[in-house]
Amino acid sequence: MTEQRRPHILITGAAGALAQQVIEQLRDTCDLVAVDFREQVYLGDDIPSYCIDFNKRVFEDLFRRYQFDGVIHMGRIMSSQLTRMRRYNANVLGTQKLLDLSHKYGIKRVVVLSTFHVYGAVAYNPALIDESAPLKSAGLSADLIDSVELENLANIYLWRYPELNITILRPCNIVGPGVRNTISTLLASERAPVLAGFSPMMQFIHIDDMADAIVLAYKKPTRGVYNVAPQDWVAYQHALKLCGCKRIPVPSIPPMVPKMILGTLKLKSFPSYLMAFFKYPVVIDGRAFVNEFGFEPKRPLKEIFRFYRENKRPV
Amino acid sequence: MSLASFLKTRLVPAELDEHINRIRKPIGSLGYDPWGYNNEAIKYGLSITKQIYEKYFRVQAHGVENIPALGPVLIIANHSGQLPIDGLLIGYALASREKDARIPRAMIERFFPTVPWLGNLLNEVGAVLGDPVNCAKMLANDEAVIVFPEGVRGSGKLYQDRYQLKRFGNGFMHLAMKYKAPIVPVGVVGCEETIPAIANIKPLAKALGIPYAPVAMPVVLPAKVHLNFGAPMYFDDLEIPEEQVTERVEKVKAEISRLIDKGLSERKRLF
Repeated sequence: MTEQRRPHILITGAAGALAQQVIEQLRDTCDLVAVDFREQVYLGDDIPSYCIDFNKRVFEDLFRRYQFDGVIHMGRIMSSQLTRMRRYNANVLGTQKLLDLSHKYGIKRVVVLSTFHVYGAVAYNPALIDESAPLKSAGLSADLIDSVELENLANIYLWRYPELNITILRPCNIVGPGVRNTISTLLASERAPVLAGFSPMMQFIHIDDMADAIVLAYKKPTRGVYNVAPQDWVAYQHALKLCGCKRIPVPSIPPMVPKMILGTLKLKSFPSYLMAFFKYPVVIDGRAFVNEFGFEPKRPLKEIFRFYRENKRPV
Repeated sequence: MSLASFLKTRLVPAELDEHINRIRKPIGSLGYDPWGYNNEAIKYGLSITKQIYEKYFRVQAHGVENIPALGPVLIIANHSGQLPIDGLLIGYALASREKDARIPRAMIERFFPTVPWLGNLLNEVGAVLGDPVNCAKMLANDEAVIVFPEGVRGSGKLYQDRYQLKRFGNGFMHLAMKYKAPIVPVGVVGCEETIPAIANIKPLAKALGIPYAPVAMPVVLPAKVHLNFGAPMYFDDLEIPEEQVTERVEKVKAEISRLIDKGLSERKRLF
């Protein structure tokens, strides 16, 4: 009797809190290899971990050595990190390299983590944006171009190489313990800036729920693009209140004023190119993902906000 | 007692609070829906509107029971009076009806979301950016949606053009057909007299980025308002050429025109 081979999975972005949640969920049943662009993380003796640039030739050696069955690509560098040029190299060219290698080595399942930022925040956005809506972000801010390009690239590979079984996930704001993105930093802070008179609707997903969503998506090889968001909504300023944040209003009109103020302050958690997301709502419709993958978020908004309220001073 | 709850006991009567809690809305765990409607804000909104509706405009509404208790429905009315007071009054008439009250959604101008405070405030009381995708998703959610097919052509018209219906867009008819939503026509009489405008300064409107800049007195006059709700109109969802869609729109327009005439004949005096 031959023992069934455990699936081999390459996980990128392993230094992030989300990737580590996904690794926790999969490590008992799969053989994982973790890579990260930023740092080498220790994940236990059973998981080889590398700090590697996808654009370097040694990256291919991992494919030769471990014979992966699937790839979970969470290594997108967020818009608040590095310079525009380095982000483009890592996110766009790096992803292309990753997908090319996936094709060359016969990978059968690829899950790519994108973001709802690709839709772009404009005053005329309808609510419950579905996956076929145009990605306006690239036209609105040069700092979000790499996020949109990454998606376009993944989409091209999705159609050109159907055997890769690519699924692109566009989650709403991912928050919770350990998350280091801009929105999580804001909710965790004592004081957070708001644009005076604007409190757009927002959606939040707990990091554990998002990890569940990624694992669910990995296990069912349905190709396509899916929004991931719970069926719950809250206004930004109300969310800050529930997290115990003092709100600092930034003058909002004419639009040049907040842009100048934020451009001068260069706040890492409230960058000027994300300003529109604190002004206009980008509410996505996550129902297609729920129906296709049977996803059920378990952590309610109140629980998420309680965590931030009770952890104002991180240990 | 916190300030918020103190204000609430003073501003929101207990029966109104209960009345709104009884109306079932598809909202999330914190009282919001995807378009920004808020179950608490609407209570303040309706308390204030109650005074405006009953005391200021002394609205007389006929046939509000014509709006079905359940399912998607489009409430189509003539638009007038510079400010969207007509939408507010139609909304209140439906939200306050004794039996089967509903909180309708109004489709508003694309300009509102860019205005600080006002944009959010309108969203919280149920107004939604007038985008066809929004309207479609709300009908799919079984909402009652108020649409003014004349848009700014209607609300920005001058006093000399009062009660003349402007061109109706066809969008609402396509949505009504697709979602099998009945259309309830409404004739609004009185709002034309609330802010009579004698001219529109187009260059100023353009410079400010607003739909129109009326020359009018800076007050809202207490004209008596008559709302006449017609019987629901049903249209099938057959694939028909645009010409026939326009014919259907004209039918609705004619019905609204009839309801306006009815209101005008009922009206004894302007104020």
